[in-house]
Amino acid sequence: MKKTSILALTLIGSLALGSASAQTSLKIASLSPLSGGQSDLGSQIKNGAQLAVNEYVPQFKKLGYDLSLTGYDDQADPATGTAAARKIAADTSILAVVGTLNSGVAIPSSAALAPSHVAMVSPANTANQVTDRGLKNMNRIVARDDAQGPAGANFMLTKLKAKSVYLLNDKTAYGEGLTAEVKKALLAKNTKISGDEGTEEKSDFSAIIQKIKLTKPDAIYFGGIYNQVGVFVKQLREAGVTVPLVGGDGLDSEQMVTIGGKGSDNVYYTTVAAPADALPAAKKVADAYSKAYGKDIQGFGIFGYDAAKVVLQGILLASKDNGNKLPSREQVETAMRKVRATGLLSGTVQFNSMGDRKAAKMYIMNISAGKFNLDSTINVKSPVN
Amino acid sequence: MDFATLAPFLVGVIISGLVLGFVYAIIALGYTMVYGVLQLINFAHSEVFVTGAVVGFEIFRVLADNPINGYLKLLIALVAAMAASGGLNVLIERLAYRPLRNAPRLVPLITAIGVSLILQDLIRIIEGFQGRFDLTYQLPQGFSTPFCGPESTCSGVGSLLAKIGISLQIKEVVMVLVALLSLAALNYLVNFTKLGRAIRAVAQDRVTAGLMGIDANGIISLTFLIGGALGGVSGVLFGLKFGTVNAYSGFDPGIIAFTAAVLGGIGSIPGAVLGGLVLGVIQNLIGVTNILGDALGIANLGVIDSSYQRIGGFLVLVLILIFKPTGLLGRSNVEKV
Repeated sequence: MKKTSILALTLIGSLALGSASAQTSLKIASLSPLSGGQSDLGSQIKNGAQLAVNEYVPQFKKLGYDLSLTGYDDQADPATGTAAARKIAADTSILAVVGTLNSGVAIPSSAALAPSHVAMVSPANTANQVTDRGLKNMNRIVARDDAQGPAGANFMLTKLKAKSVYLLNDKTAYGEGLTAEVKKALLAKNTKISGDEGTEEKSDFSAIIQKIKLTKPDAIYFGGIYNQVGVFVKQLREAGVTVPLVGGDGLDSEQMVTIGGKGSDNVYYTTVAAPADALPAAKKVADAYSKAYGKDIQGFGIFGYDAAKVVLQGILLASKDNGNKLPSREQVETAMRKVRATGLLSGTVQFNSMGDRKAAKMYIMNISAGKFNLDSTINVKSPVN
Repeated sequence: MDFATLAPFLVGVIISGLVLGFVYAIIALGYTMVYGVLQLINFAHSEVFVTGAVVGFEIFRVLADNPINGYLKLLIALVAAMAASGGLNVLIERLAYRPLRNAPRLVPLITAIGVSLILQDLIRIIEGFQGRFDLTYQLPQGFSTPFCGPESTCSGVGSLLAKIGISLQIKEVVMVLVALLSLAALNYLVNFTKLGRAIRAVAQDRVTAGLMGIDANGIISLTFLIGGALGGVSGVLFGLKFGTVNAYSGFDPGIIAFTAAVLGGIGSIPGAVLGGLVLGVIQNLIGVTNILGDALGIANLGVIDSSYQRIGGFLVLVLILIFKPTGLLGRSNVEKV
């Protein structure tokens, strides 16, 4: 009851202010790192979402809504993200959120948004825990770690013919979760784990590299983000270790090559975010992206775009269910779970009861000579329906 | 694991620890110089050091396509970083510490932390305007090549290292040489020049030194200039070794170098160097404890992996301070009556 009265107040408020078009302001938010070490990935998400919003502005205008996107910065930090989530919850004109980049941020911020029923659609979170908590407002359009981990492990076993693997993680919810899944899959095939450790170190990897040289693994798996793995792989190659390095979607950034230099050769990563040239519909969006932001669209830009489209189609569905009137946040939250979002770059999105995408694709990318090439594609299914 | 594989491994770990230790040592000198003269912990030193690293990055970036010799580029980067960091440090002293010189000890300490935060964000804003965050050093060709190529082409120390399977890169050798040179220069300046005598006099008793005709404020500024310039050198060496630096990179090495200065005996120049080297080696040894545990058959050591390497340094600090509260080479301050 209270919520509707607040909505009514905002409605009356905007009418009373006598805005020229008398349109109701309707906002969605993006929540991702816009500053700090991971801002490259976070900005891609926001920019991608903005493109989707631009596309939908006319359609919402016809319904009487003035649609806009507000970008919130979480600095890849759980506390900052949660604080931003509280701000989002307090702004009642925001109906849903595209975000976040980091699982470690998504977990507390979706919990902070849950009581006010603000739906989240994540373009990037892969940790199992993100949806395993059974929150009604948390959804994601990417594959989970229990799909990504085995994909990375199988790749090392079959394509790289690795007999022993050195495991590293960045001690975040993302890195630890992903690497644990990789380890499980490797152990299931009796692969030797020549080392398994976590490190928050950002610059000096000399001790780890000495150990890698001693244990001579066939491959290294690093569950981490490009700004750490790039530095690591650079030092690794300088120390004369040339074995392939495999990682997760945290490496999906051009910055990986900038930081790693020649060291990023022979690096592979699994990603849920498709390369633009692997998606038939992506050309137009890619052009719009580079025109608007002066950069090429990358994986997370595409998924930011897709996640925003899911959000907007969810709101449209909720609005339709509500007799073409402004839906409440709760209605949007419910509609999000049953939406069948189409016209996306990564194919149709439908969520299962937990908020996981029913069928997702996983890509294995290879970096060589500073270029990103698609190595193979794997279809994955959500664990429950 | 047998001794034949373990021994060169350990030597390798110790050598890479020493190389790392030299970076810490020079940062530690910046803390120790200022402390020696003013009894002030200059917590902004970690950002002074990052400023040096950023200036070094900019020089290498601007000169990237210039055909001049790589070592000349390094020299330019070092000089520019020394000038910028030294100047910055003098400015910090003038604006943030001097007005508070007669305030209780805690006050300038808090100001120092404040200055440190301001500088972090300033660096972030300045580089952020150009769309950069992680600054990646564009080193001249050849810096990252091994110091000793195929075994046949090496001689002397190089061939010895190559034989036991230790690979040093050119840049690491250069790094250690630059560090040793700066240490020698500092040692000469403080112990064998008139200026050095003045610095030591001000450190001992500022007021009396003033009565003897020494411009105490000028000497303090000079100390900050030297300390800052050393910070600049260490910043460039840091960039040289690790390749990437950002506005917040100063915190970790700053804290470790501060620990090194205390470990060696804060205020003591040889102490700072020794502390840096000891911490570098200890960190690397703790980082490989799990391997040693495996090799020696001590199962419980397996849990101590590289994520504990920082804690190890502090643990050693605590132990040393329990048994020798003045630090390894520190002298106790006799209270003057």
